[in-house]
Amino acid sequence: MSLLNLTIAGTAQALAAKKFSAVELTAAHNAAIAALNPRLNAYITTTPELALAQAQAADARITAGTAGPLTGIPLAIKDLFCTAGVRTTAASKILEPFVPPYESTVTRQLLEAGTICLGKANLDEFAMGSSNITSGYGPVENPWKRNGSDARLVPGGSSGGSAAAVAARLALGATGTDTGGSIRQPAAFTGLAGIKPTYGRCSRYGIVAFASSLDQAGPMARTVEDCAILLGAMSGFDPHDSTSAERAVPDFGAALGRGVKGLRIGIPAEYRMDGMSGEISALWEKGVAWLREQGAEIVDISLPHTKYGLAVYYIVAPAEASSNLARYDGVRFGARVDGEDLIDMYERTRAAGFGAEVKRRIMIGTYVLSHGYYDAYYLKAQKVRNLILRDFNNAFERVDAILTPTAPSAAFGLGEKMDDPVTMYLNDVFTVPASLAGVPAMSIPAGLSAEGLPLGLQVIGKHFDEETVFAVSAALERAAGFTAMPSVRAE
Amino acid sequence: MAYSLEGKTGTWEVVCGLEIHAQVISESKLFSGASATYGGAPNAHVSFVDAGFPGMLPVINRECVAQAVRTGLGLKARINLVSRFDRKNYFYADLPNGYQISQFDHPIVGTGDVEIELQDGTIKHIGITRLHLEQDAGKSIHDQHASKSVIDLNRAGVALMEIVSEPDIRSPEEAGAYLRKIRQILRYLGTCDGNMEEGSMRADVNVSVRKAGEDFRTRCEIKNVNSVRFVMHAVEAEALRQIEVWESGGEVRQETRLYDSARGETRSMRSKEDAHDYRYFPEPDLLPLVLEEEFVAGLKAKLPELPDEKRRRFCDEYAIPFYDAGVLVAEQATADFYESVAKGRDTRLAANWISGDFFAAMNRTGRSIENPPVSGAALGELLDLISDKTINGRIAKDVFEEMVETGAMPGAIVEAKGLRQVTDTSAIDAAVAQVLAANPDKVAEYKSGKDKLFGFFVGQVMKAMQGKGNPALVNEAVKAQLG
Repeated sequence: MSLLNLTIAGTAQALAAKKFSAVELTAAHNAAIAALNPRLNAYITTTPELALAQAQAADARITAGTAGPLTGIPLAIKDLFCTAGVRTTAASKILEPFVPPYESTVTRQLLEAGTICLGKANLDEFAMGSSNITSGYGPVENPWKRNGSDARLVPGGSSGGSAAAVAARLALGATGTDTGGSIRQPAAFTGLAGIKPTYGRCSRYGIVAFASSLDQAGPMARTVEDCAILLGAMSGFDPHDSTSAERAVPDFGAALGRGVKGLRIGIPAEYRMDGMSGEISALWEKGVAWLREQGAEIVDISLPHTKYGLAVYYIVAPAEASSNLARYDGVRFGARVDGEDLIDMYERTRAAGFGAEVKRRIMIGTYVLSHGYYDAYYLKAQKVRNLILRDFNNAFERVDAILTPTAPSAAFGLGEKMDDPVTMYLNDVFTVPASLAGVPAMSIPAGLSAEGLPLGLQVIGKHFDEETVFAVSAALERAAGFTAMPSVRAE
Repeated sequence: MAYSLEGKTGTWEVVCGLEIHAQVISESKLFSGASATYGGAPNAHVSFVDAGFPGMLPVINRECVAQAVRTGLGLKARINLVSRFDRKNYFYADLPNGYQISQFDHPIVGTGDVEIELQDGTIKHIGITRLHLEQDAGKSIHDQHASKSVIDLNRAGVALMEIVSEPDIRSPEEAGAYLRKIRQILRYLGTCDGNMEEGSMRADVNVSVRKAGEDFRTRCEIKNVNSVRFVMHAVEAEALRQIEVWESGGEVRQETRLYDSARGETRSMRSKEDAHDYRYFPEPDLLPLVLEEEFVAGLKAKLPELPDEKRRRFCDEYAIPFYDAGVLVAEQATADFYESVAKGRDTRLAANWISGDFFAAMNRTGRSIENPPVSGAALGELLDLISDKTINGRIAKDVFEEMVETGAMPGAIVEAKGLRQVTDTSAIDAAVAQVLAANPDKVAEYKSGKDKLFGFFVGQVMKAMQGKGNPALVNEAVKAQLG
């Protein structure tokens, strides 16, 4: 049997039944990575020896009968999570030599649950991008191909390496982070499930910060159930993160079988954008039909400030980023380029260390926070952000969850949408509002485009109601019966 | 008489406000668990949070918040139950994150009021605008290496309180009195040690000048002045400089200046145009700081008695003059020492002894109230010996010096040296008779009207009795025998 084409849930049973060992499973993944990663570039750093050592420990736990549902499960870890003793780059040259002496809370919890770290997954530099082309370590290739074409497509971003790794069977699941769609959009582009939980559900401690008020960790996997298992281990209050929520973590898996009977599902009028592809509209309609057939009540709703989402996001996120990235100055860690004096060293270090998109966002962020512009940009954006939050709160008085497409298109080609950053930014139009409001949102693979590429639907829920999001997502997953696989994958 | 400066064009008034940075006394830093103690090897007290490592997040230290609230209460200020932290962005090698976490427009403490006393006894009120919490930066040291600067982050992240006054200060004296008063209150509260030499307290001084009846003119800010004396000098030096600028037809430019204590002058550091654009925005890593009313009430209930209240109580309870009470409450420890000595004794006598011989001995021996030249118990025993007339005041001074020198208890010294006061009237009478007999000429002069000689006879008698005669009885006997 192939050890690579399993679900996390199925693997756990097989490991428990001793059909194969964690070491065998890990070795198979290591070999698959060695074979395919040079092409896909899904991992920046691979950790085969560490993975095998962790697998041996996992086998010992399985034998001792102390294993949990994630013991022995090999994962890709987005290279934005600090991992003790394993280089962490955030896909930036400025962190090329950086080996953290500490472990992020999310990955520590995953390690304690017995998962295995196969390596550090590629991403857009500092998670800034929707295509993985801004990585300082080269772009990631989407394992999916258009019908009859060998053109290289992007996996989406910023968690593009995580997405490509899981889709190409180079990991059973992955961690991602989502600031404006960075889990959901690449999940949609690669035929995976991925959830951005409620802001505050997962600790941000040890995750390289992009935009602190938006960043959230979340899982990406091949099924909704696998995401539920992973999120359970990743979640929880952390005294090291003041913005993490002091709430009990529910049994997400238990919500999967709830069904949608009696649930009210909102369809926001504002997400029917001009110029949206017919395929996307059709998929959305299909999703509506699936839920209705399973007993949900479909409700037309309005999220009137949706059209300002991208503008608000591209003020708030760069503003926070411009400040968060000030620490990469060459003084204490990471790369340094010596200069004539302190200022010269800063300038040379940052000029060499940061890529073009990161520099662009630092400049935008610095500008919108500047004296004389703050009120017009940052403060105004915060006000509109509150209106967007109010839109969701109002909507959730009438509905239990909201259904939208995840992205306005399927995966595009490497090199496309490169001429104008704003075209690229439009990719996040459906995902950004949930990020701004801090509500949980999940993408599930729901069908294929005419060209044979996966398309995703997005389920948005109330604050800290991931359970309903999982229930609706599982219902859609069952109805969609998505079984397609990418053409480039390990066997 | 209000302070003013005379210029060529007339009389100028000085307008001054202070921003005092006070390091909070706490075990650990404002947003990390690293030790906040002074000293230690360079970079010994630095966590990954303090060093601004990737993914590190600040977590507010509850004790630092409590210290800020205590200070606010001590400044009779409004406590803001909801406040917020902001980032103040600028690049410097000893600022690890590239921003300082501070409080910009929603500080933890709002307006308050501080009472100062001037030399002439005038009481004046200085308004407090606000107090906010912020983190300190590290230290850059440029003279350790020919071409490199070295950085010590021990202080990076230590909690500071910035206390901003209204521009209510009108003279160097008021500036000094205000700074001392703030320091005194913070020390009483135990929220800052007020040690300006070690840098745990420093002031930014805002100064402008104006003619009587005018609105405020442009001010300059003198950064990081680190002693009361320097603050007073800086106010005057800067005021004189500004008067000269205005009177020579120029215009004072808003700028940041430094005080050069060696030259006694201020000089320009950077102009308003070169000022940093700090790009303040709300710190997204921290939620707004929300205080429970009970939390504030609990701190208020446990607040120590503050110097103004203590001073008034000393006046009432111990019947000592307002001035003396002010001296005794200057330091909490001195006030405690006084109370331990004065309780159940002659309170005025205790006040006189402590502010007189005791302070003199403390200064002379280089000791402190925490490590006094004589213990409170020993001083109390000495006062008891005076009050029960075992010794007289003059002998007491000798005994006291002996106590300072040897550490012996006063009773033991009196016994060992036979210093007991003589109250035996026959012995006194005999001594008086002896002195009068030895000085017939002086007796004659006295009798012819030279009253002043009375003191001479008393002195001679005391001398003959080695100072041990009871002064009242000696007086009485001299008077009687001279007729």
